[in-house]
Amino acid sequence: MIVYWLCFILFLVGLYGVITRRNLIKIAISLSIMEFSTFLFFALVGYFEGGVAPIVDPADPVKLYVDPLPQALVLTAIVIGLATTALLMAVIIRIYRKYGSLDIREIKNLRG
Amino acid sequence: MNPLIPLLVVIPLAGAFLIMILGRFIRNFNKILASVVLLLLAIISFYFLFNTGDKISVYKVGGWEAVNSIPIGIYMVVDGFTAIILCIINLIGFLSVFYSISYIAKYTSEDFFYALFCLMIAGMNGVVASGDIFNIFVFLEISSISSYALVAFGVEKQQLEASFKYQVLGGLASFLILFAIGFLYWRTKTLNIADIRTVLGSGGDRKFYLMAEIMLLTGFGLKAAIMPFHAWLPDAHSSAPSPISAMLSGVLIKAVGIYVIIRLFFNMFVISEEMAVLITALGTISMVIGVFLAIGQWDIKRLLAYHSISQMGYVVMSVGIGMILMSRGIRHEVATLAVAGGIFHLINHAAFKGLLFLNAGAIEYSTGTRDLKEMGGLAKSMPVTSATSFVASLSISGIPPFNGFFSKLIIIIAAVMAHFYLLAALAGIVSIITLASFLKFQRYAFYNKEPDKEKKEIREVPFPMLFSMIVLSIICLLLSLLVFPGIRETILTPATDILTDPSKYSTYIIGL
Repeated sequence: MIVYWLCFILFLVGLYGVITRRNLIKIAISLSIMEFSTFLFFALVGYFEGGVAPIVDPADPVKLYVDPLPQALVLTAIVIGLATTALLMAVIIRIYRKYGSLDIREIKNLRG
Repeated sequence: MNPLIPLLVVIPLAGAFLIMILGRFIRNFNKILASVVLLLLAIISFYFLFNTGDKISVYKVGGWEAVNSIPIGIYMVVDGFTAIILCIINLIGFLSVFYSISYIAKYTSEDFFYALFCLMIAGMNGVVASGDIFNIFVFLEISSISSYALVAFGVEKQQLEASFKYQVLGGLASFLILFAIGFLYWRTKTLNIADIRTVLGSGGDRKFYLMAEIMLLTGFGLKAAIMPFHAWLPDAHSSAPSPISAMLSGVLIKAVGIYVIIRLFFNMFVISEEMAVLITALGTISMVIGVFLAIGQWDIKRLLAYHSISQMGYVVMSVGIGMILMSRGIRHEVATLAVAGGIFHLINHAAFKGLLFLNAGAIEYSTGTRDLKEMGGLAKSMPVTSATSFVASLSISGIPPFNGFFSKLIIIIAAVMAHFYLLAALAGIVSIITLASFLKFQRYAFYNKEPDKEKKEIREVPFPMLFSMIVLSIICLLLSLLVFPGIRETILTPATDILTDPSKYSTYIIGL
């Protein structure tokens, strides 16, 4: 059970980073931390104590297999996460060219 | 098995792909293909709207049949409620693309614009037609990522800043949603919405599911910009190019936000009173505070964006009232009325808010400004824009005979019948403040004297933009017909039935 809590704490670490950091790159890194804590959680959900790889063995039908579905989900989610991060980085590079700064306190044209 | 359902996703994906491959070789290929794609999709969705009725059509991707009546494949589901949202997405999408033909000509790299637009449509159609929660997440990300890119399309300081804000908050929402999906899968060992419903219906750890409900409400609330999570919306919606603002405000926050909240909380979770009260409270807060934030704005598009928050508040509040009554198990007909009012307002908001953003785009196109203080006297130089925006303003403020009046009336009647007198009064007051705010918009933009400075000749916008605006204003009028018996039964009633009958959705899909 403790490992699930650690996973959730990792999620909160990422959330803390998103809220408190002032540097755009660090915000992007914090988002990635959140993302990967979620992936870790998915991988944990599929795992059983003492489970084996889900390759059906007709000789021994009562084996306990780990759940392969979360792994497929995580692979999909990783690809999506890659796209999100790449787009975020592209926008950060453009922002740096326009504003000449990565500090979020200097990027505040939009108000009200 | 209905083979038309996957086309809703396949056609726009193929369109985006072809535009990127062939767009650079053939002149005007991007505009024509995007319009054709959206027109086809609109036709398919209207086919669904008029043929679905009480039926639920299912497409099993890959043909995987259920094993021991447990669904194992990916299901795509179209029912009455889905069909309505599909029509909104594809019809407003078509009009926005047609509008873009003139509007977007001032930007470079039009190919990217049309390709991203098609991707966004593919994502939204996928979210709406998907029958399992993980695919909702995947399609949600497709539509979100393309909308992040479209918000930043102008690549000026403001657009980039808005896009960054939108991406950070949208990313936060996505990971919350993914976490909640993991949570649900952990206990239920299934991802299919109908199957989760049957597992949840047989009891279980209430506190555990409450956690998943709260995370899903937060995640989709961020996507739908309900009040405490609204910070990104005014920036993103006002910075995007106008046809995209119309899509974001008119369609995206509904398809990936409100629709999924309604679908999950009615058809997947067992309705509990605490969540129902929470949803009603969030809706009321965004309805009231959104309009107060809107009234002080001088930038047209920011004003409209804040009104989106307020109007979505009406929808969420009305649906929440229905949920409260259903969780108590009393007065089913009032609950049905409240849910019907919410869905009706959802449809109407798509029409008039899409139209208002297109009007704002037309004003910006002709005058080059979005500041209300710098405009005036446009009623003479832009008669069509003026007339259509007048229609839209009356609709959103709830003046008969336009559509907004009927949906707000239904919401207020339902609130009174459910004995929520305070909510009914607030809905009325907010409507009056909305009227005041739009009178300001009309007066400063169209009827005031022109400001005394040297003016370039202001002319009416080109035909494609006019066409979209005129069609939308006609739709604003026609939608009022939905309240009348006969039309209501074919369109609104199937949608409310599927939502207010707690087990109809799941029993039908499991039984397949």
